[in-house]
Amino acid sequence: MSNAVSSPEITFPHEHPGGTKRIWKVFWILSVITIIELAIGLTIYNIHKEPNPNATLVLAFKGMVCILTLAKAYYIVSVFMHLGDEIRNMIMTVVVPLCLFIWFLLAFLWDGDSTKHLRNTDAHSRPAQVEQVHQPAAVDKDAKK
Amino acid sequence: MSTTAIPTNTKWWNGGRSPFNVSYGKVMMWYFLMSDAFTFGAFLISYGTIRFSVNHWADPNHVFSAFPFAGHANLPLAFVSLMTFILIFSSVTMVLAVHEGHRMNRKGVEKYMILTILGGLAFLSCQAWEWTHLITGDHAVLVNGQIEHWGTTVSKNPWGPMVMFEGKEVATPGPIAFGGYFFGITGFHGFHVFSGVIINIIMLIKTRLGHFDQRGHYEMIEKAGLYWHFVDLVWVFVFLCFYLI
Repeated sequence: MSNAVSSPEITFPHEHPGGTKRIWKVFWILSVITIIELAIGLTIYNIHKEPNPNATLVLAFKGMVCILTLAKAYYIVSVFMHLGDEIRNMIMTVVVPLCLFIWFLLAFLWDGDSTKHLRNTDAHSRPAQVEQVHQPAAVDKDAKK
Repeated sequence: MSTTAIPTNTKWWNGGRSPFNVSYGKVMMWYFLMSDAFTFGAFLISYGTIRFSVNHWADPNHVFSAFPFAGHANLPLAFVSLMTFILIFSSVTMVLAVHEGHRMNRKGVEKYMILTILGGLAFLSCQAWEWTHLITGDHAVLVNGQIEHWGTTVSKNPWGPMVMFEGKEVATPGPIAFGGYFFGITGFHGFHVFSGVIINIIMLIKTRLGHFDQRGHYEMIEKAGLYWHFVDLVWVFVFLCFYLI
């Protein structure tokens, strides 16, 4: 009964693996990635506590978290949503339109950055005043005095 | 990848069969989720655009550092990690329900659907607490030369840059967009969780009534499962955009 075809539109029944081993494996992968993400989040928190945080280092850590998030998304869609078990036509009809996000992200974040630059320079009429205000952590308020 | 041996010369596009080898309902569920992904994507990217366009943004480690019953302890990321693990775990119970459905095991489907519903309710309760804490929390803010006490709402952001005032460091109002984006996007996600819980309850009732056994397959559980996993997927990105970076 496990290969029951639910609809006449389906030509080849999906084969369902018998065990739940793969599900638990993905659960552990997702948990470990989340823990790594949290560790990076706390690292960023500690870097921000320093008097002069290293912006490049923070950016690198943030990029790492983004990549880990994409890995999590891949495992959820491929294994939990079973998209990885479908035929190529099905995978492509879902994944290809989502590629629009690449342009979407680039264009809009670029736009935001440009707006910031225009604001800080009064539309290029003066040199940029860097107003990067550093927000010290609550705990070292007294230490700074 | 697919374990079924499919002949390479199958004429997928000649009609009479689904070119995607899935039922109509499931394809449409995927397309609905795709459009929903674009909605969430548009919200998150608009948030990113605003965040890129200002010089200062609230530091999530300061805004979200509270935990129920922990008083004023500074615990950055702790509560949101609890919420994340609740959602991951309810995703696992959902995929186990789908698995039991493939095996036509009604008792198993019921068990895992109940666990999934409980996970969803736990997540919603966490979110209710977090919102209440943010809206009702008091934070000293320097407004027009005077100290005021603000909560975080859609019109008030007490997490702006720090300045010196009467010998003490005090926050100034931050970009007003913060509350709107935070409550808007997590609220839209929370509403998806809520509707997912309702859908799962309906599926549990239908399973109990034996509708899927009569039908001969548990495909409805798979479709509800797709929706539920999508909710988890969106949370992964909300977690990234609001709490981690």
